[in-house]
Amino acid sequence: MRPQFKILGDDLLGQIIAEGFELLRDPGVRVHNSEALRLLADAGADVDFDAQIAYIPRDIVEQALETAPSEFDLYDLEGEPVVHYGGDSVQFDPGSAAITVLDSETEQQRAPVTADFVKFVKLVETLPQIDAQSTALICTDVAEEIGDLYRLYLALLYMRKPIVTGAFRKDTWWTMKDLLVAVAGGEEALAERPIAIFDVCPSPPLLWSDLTCQNMIDCARHMIPSELVSMPLAGATAPVTIAGAVVQHTAECMSGVTICQLAREGAPIVWGGSPAAFDMREGTTPMGAVGTWMIDTSYTEVGKALGLPTHAYLGMSDAKVVDAQCGLESAGGALMAALAGVNMVSGAGMMDFESCQSYEKLVIDAEIIGMAKRLVAGVEARDEPIALGLIRELGHRADYLGQLHTAKWFSEEQYIPSSVIDRGSLDGWKKKGSKTAWERAQDRVAVLVAEYEPTGMSEDLRSELRAVTLKAAQSFGMDELPPLPED
Amino acid sequence: MPNEILKEITRSLVECEPDLTPQLTQEALENGLEPLTIINQGLVPGMDIVGEKFQTGEYFLPQMVIAANAMTQAMEFLEPELKARHEVSESVGTIVIGTVKGDIHEIGKSLVGTMMSAHGFRVYDVGVDVPAATFVDKVKETQANLLGLSALLTTTMTAQRGVIQALEEAGIRDRVKVMIGGAPVTEEWAETIGADGYAEDVVGAIALGKRLAG
Repeated sequence: MRPQFKILGDDLLGQIIAEGFELLRDPGVRVHNSEALRLLADAGADVDFDAQIAYIPRDIVEQALETAPSEFDLYDLEGEPVVHYGGDSVQFDPGSAAITVLDSETEQQRAPVTADFVKFVKLVETLPQIDAQSTALICTDVAEEIGDLYRLYLALLYMRKPIVTGAFRKDTWWTMKDLLVAVAGGEEALAERPIAIFDVCPSPPLLWSDLTCQNMIDCARHMIPSELVSMPLAGATAPVTIAGAVVQHTAECMSGVTICQLAREGAPIVWGGSPAAFDMREGTTPMGAVGTWMIDTSYTEVGKALGLPTHAYLGMSDAKVVDAQCGLESAGGALMAALAGVNMVSGAGMMDFESCQSYEKLVIDAEIIGMAKRLVAGVEARDEPIALGLIRELGHRADYLGQLHTAKWFSEEQYIPSSVIDRGSLDGWKKKGSKTAWERAQDRVAVLVAEYEPTGMSEDLRSELRAVTLKAAQSFGMDELPPLPED
Repeated sequence: MPNEILKEITRSLVECEPDLTPQLTQEALENGLEPLTIINQGLVPGMDIVGEKFQTGEYFLPQMVIAANAMTQAMEFLEPELKARHEVSESVGTIVIGTVKGDIHEIGKSLVGTMMSAHGFRVYDVGVDVPAATFVDKVKETQANLLGLSALLTTTMTAQRGVIQALEEAGIRDRVKVMIGGAPVTEEWAETIGADGYAEDVVGAIALGKRLAG
């Protein structure tokens, strides 16, 4: 049996969904995108084009929830389905779009550049616990206008795993699509075997900005999956009650699914988010707060009840250095997400809310993720009878270490951590230099990055990707792309 | 053909097929291979590979112990043959090993015993909760040149000092090197009580034993 965490009873779940439908009728959703407003009006919604508000009746939403697929896969660059959205499968990717990187030497946050993101992508490739890449860092050595597509360009050069990404503008989405099409081998191939998913973020409360709405419509038209990242801040931009914040999240996501399905029936879309329980002292958006975990696991239950794949931003920390707070918050969120059966958990490596990425935190988080995945794999009998024969055979001898039964099962029964986790004796630990988790993580990052093997992408394809990216750069006044780091 | 069967013996140890090891050893004897050849070209290379894989992190304790047990079983067929030829397998050293008085922790001590046996030591395991006098008697009886003392509790590690004192009183302290181990035990403690060495894990214990016996 897969251990599972439920947080809403049937009554509360039903009421949240009912109130979500109600909100879409009154006060409706603000949609600052003319194409989406037209789609909604054509479908029969009451649309105030001047105020840019759509009042969406329940039947249109129900129809959209019906046509949105309940599951789909993301593919790696070798064409294998490696990430399954749907059911209770649980997968992890690094937190996206950090504006700083935690420097490995100084332990200070600084502006990321090309070499930082390349190193990050390589590191993600070497960590088996992490299922997908993300466009995790925003490089500051290119024009701000190409910040989104430049990340994708770099990742595509070094990755094998699929990628969670997102666009910062309407026009750059098309360049990002071109990059993906080039790698997938055509638009049809990309639609059939998507290698990327785009985050699309409504703004709380109940607003679709022009940019993100257009990204979602464009994804749908190309059958490229998109992932709703609704982010009610409980007590600031949404009701303070957990159930209230989830009601708002439900309405925002329902409106997203509706616009997406009106753009193209059957387009893959994920019920996701990055909400937070607003901090009432600091005025910040803590990702490590238990209230945040409760909103996430609650809306995940809503998404599952509506038959959609799910996503959440969890497993992050608000700490500024990789310390005890960092570990406890990341572990708590990741374990909750795994137990709730969130299909894609974004957040590994991320700290200082959602602003900083750390290589060292990433390799520590990989251990947390390994443990979380082991936990949800559950307890199994393995043998029939479970142990009667074995224990009788050994009698009262403590010789299990030398049994074939042990050799057969130990590596499946136990999650075996890397050298980041210290389980040696006190003296053994001292002999290895009395290193802290941070120092062990530093060592491991160095080892793993050195182990990375290039993907063998053809020179032709590399030049094509470079040409597409350079063209975009030139349109924003950059003559050259920064040089790639030497391998 | 003889080479093939030696390779198979090595493989059975490395690939964790412990039932095959004694069986193949018997076959090798029947095919006329010399017991020392079987040991030095079949069994020992296998144990070496398993040890390397353990140190690089590829193998874990279960594979080590299973291989060691298989080696011990194979040796049971080989020992009488060696005796018949008036030969001896090259023994690295003879060790008496046990957990000290008041302490019933067995696993660490047994593991070290098993592994040292598989690495060519003659091992006399005297069990757990062992009085100092028993250690002294066994060292005298076996002419051991090594004594391994295990203690897992801070309250029982003082008994390690007691055994060393008993060796002195019996006048045999200079005949035997004392190695100590166990969770609370440290290099510093070894020095304090006048032990000859300390190892923090099983791999360290084998290396220490070889160094002290050499």
